[in-house]
Amino acid sequence: MWRDALLVAGKDIRIELRSRVALWQVLPFAVLVLVLFGFALGPGPKALRVAAPGLYWLAVLFSTVLATQRSMAIESGEGTRDGLRLSGIDPAGVFLGKAAAVAIQLVAVQVLLGAGIVVLFDVHVQTWWLALAASVLATIGLSAAGVLYGALSAGLRVRETLLPLLVLPIVAPVLISGSRAWSAAVSGAVASGASWLKILGPFAAVYLAVGVALYGPLQEVA
Amino acid sequence: MSARMRSVTRWVGASAVVTTALTVWLGLWVTPPAEVQGTLARLLYLHPPIAWVALYCAFGVAALSSVLYLWHRTRSLFWDRLGASAVEVGVVFTALTLVTGSLWGRPTWGVWWTWTARLTSTALLLVLFLGYLALRRVPADPEVRARRCAVAALVAFVDVPIVTFSVDWWQTLHQRGTVLNPGLTLKVHGLMAWTMGLGFLAMTLVFVWMLLVRYRVEALSDRIGDEELEVSLSERWAEGSTPVTPVATTPVTTPVTPVATTPVTTPVTPVATTPVTPVATTLRQPAGGGR
Repeated sequence: MWRDALLVAGKDIRIELRSRVALWQVLPFAVLVLVLFGFALGPGPKALRVAAPGLYWLAVLFSTVLATQRSMAIESGEGTRDGLRLSGIDPAGVFLGKAAAVAIQLVAVQVLLGAGIVVLFDVHVQTWWLALAASVLATIGLSAAGVLYGALSAGLRVRETLLPLLVLPIVAPVLISGSRAWSAAVSGAVASGASWLKILGPFAAVYLAVGVALYGPLQEVA
Repeated sequence: MSARMRSVTRWVGASAVVTTALTVWLGLWVTPPAEVQGTLARLLYLHPPIAWVALYCAFGVAALSSVLYLWHRTRSLFWDRLGASAVEVGVVFTALTLVTGSLWGRPTWGVWWTWTARLTSTALLLVLFLGYLALRRVPADPEVRARRCAVAALVAFVDVPIVTFSVDWWQTLHQRGTVLNPGLTLKVHGLMAWTMGLGFLAMTLVFVWMLLVRYRVEALSDRIGDEELEVSLSERWAEGSTPVTPVATTPVTTPVTPVATTPVTTPVTPVATTPVTPVATTLRQPAGGGR
């Protein structure tokens, strides 16, 4: 299963590196969202600084939707899904691999967004480890939930409109706890921030487990 | 659905009407107005029962039937239809929970909406299962759709405790004690307690009745899909087998495609549970044998 996951993740990342869709579309989109938030909230630095953690995570959520759509679009080519199934790769491995590939893209998005809120919104993170831990756990949860729902809506003609409706409410807990943890990391309130990891952790674990268990039946569907 | 099931449905429906009417009568006329909230408290005979049906009965049934569908031993489209019906009824009841709560909150709290944990998580729950219904409306092969929807329902259901938990924290950590539902701290008068209990019974019966009816609609619409396919197939066969008749005397009545109105059902999977009745096939035999 783990070897299969590595293979699938490697394949997805290689496709991304060659096609550059993530590089030229998802990353600029994330930055664009930040700039648009700046327009919406006005130039006052105080409001921006307070809202920055929430805006950061909202931008991450939107990028997750794009990245999962992209991850499924890779498999939508003629016979690609059948090829993947025929290759004898464990469905759980496919799930983990695709989730890992999405997670790597999300890490890239988050590095850029983190730099973005520091530069554009003048945010100074005080407790780095808290922000990092929240990001890592949230990334795992987001990519697992995203890939699971991506597979669910793969092959549907209406997937572009359906996927956000399905994914965004599911990942609402990540938005809540991620922004709270980051707010705490910015203000240095470690204790209250660390408690939010107790939601991010189980979220990631639950969606990884559900994905490993249910990806098989889903793959047969399309 | 058998005749017995239909009579059960009718009985459940009748008792739902009776208990609901009794609740309304007791709630609006017989019980005294509450000490603190006055006549506003009367909404509490209805609001908690509706929420109970939405959160526990409906989504519980949906999750259970999704599990039973996904488990290979009990896989049957029965569970798929039951789950879908439960979600649909549950969404209606969740929306009603929010609406009745809002109606009560406006005069009591002074606002239609407040970001308390309960309200926020219920609203998220509504959106989660609206997504399920949207997924269900996407045309697909019945088996495919069933599996997809079962997974979606389970994933949404798994999310419910996490959502509740996170929203709970989000609210209590940062806006401690803004609103406490005063309705829950009311001393409930004897008759009022009875009325509320009756409300629970009434809403549960309404739920069961709606579920039964909705299931029947679902099953019938599946059957119509199958039978119409069967009818059009047999028409085509008839066309092929009938020798070319000298048609001079009969005016050409119908051009051959009488099936244009039927929604395109996916051709492959005939549902094993609904045997196609031969009666249906004779219904629409083309009169003149066609072209």
